[in-house]
Amino acid sequence: MNVPAAWYLVLAAVLFGIGAFGLLTRRSALIMFMCIELMLNAVNLTFVTFARTLSDIGGQATVFFVMVVAAAEVTVGLGIVVAVFRRRSSTSVDELSELKG
Amino acid sequence: MSAVAYAVPSILIFATAAVLILVGAIGVISLKNPVHSALSLIMTLFGVAIAFVAQSADFLAAVQIIVYAGAIVVLFLFVIMFLGVDRRQHANVEPLVGQRAFAGVGVVITVAGIVALMAKAHWVTGAMSVSTNGVALATGQGNVKQLGSAVFTTYLFAFEATAALLVIAVVGAVLLARRERTLQSDEVEV
Repeated sequence: MNVPAAWYLVLAAVLFGIGAFGLLTRRSALIMFMCIELMLNAVNLTFVTFARTLSDIGGQATVFFVMVVAAAEVTVGLGIVVAVFRRRSSTSVDELSELKG
Repeated sequence: MSAVAYAVPSILIFATAAVLILVGAIGVISLKNPVHSALSLIMTLFGVAIAFVAQSADFLAAVQIIVYAGAIVVLFLFVIMFLGVDRRQHANVEPLVGQRAFAGVGVVITVAGIVALMAKAHWVTGAMSVSTNGVALATGQGNVKQLGSAVFTTYLFAFEATAALLVIAVVGAVLLARRERTLQSDEVEV
């Protein structure tokens, strides 16, 4: 018998917390993207765990779509990072303050 | 139910996945060199793939390795090395006072809230699955067939939408990353 679903859910919650902490504290846009990936993976893990618990394939299908959206997001995000780096030769998000009121 | 009731292999698999996930995740947010962060991210992604296999999501585990570890992290590494960010060290300053403390408190509250919610809620209600007309999830022998028929019937519209999304993302990335062409004197607009 498999371990209880709660173990995986707590693991996913901790992974989400680590990703959120990194997103809030790191300055490099690249590392922030990686932290977003961590959070997306935590959610994927939760979806798969619920798919197992509730015996419903819908959770796994959702993970499939989350992966596609993550791939699209990374593509566009890294394109933006490259474009910003061309102009400022830095990926630090602190230097992007033109819209500051 | 005590943990002894569960088979030792499944506990070992969970422990392996948990160690890989947590060590990798902490490495991503704490290592200074972005290349090392990307390698730690691969470790986390492998841990998640192990957790997927342990929960009979075989196809997703394969996609996780191929798409995430194979494509997305390579894209990260490519951009890191293309830009030469790895040679540059970011100053370890805190522009906002107490940002780290606030972030830590907020994250702890969030995780504690999620865990408390999970401890109190009853997820298994016995309701029939709506996405598969009550067919139970196949375990142990792989459920690629089930997943495929769900994606191409129940979730067909979402599937088509992701196709459009990917095309838009590719076009957008090309537009963003393209070097702005300066108008030469000999190629005057007509």
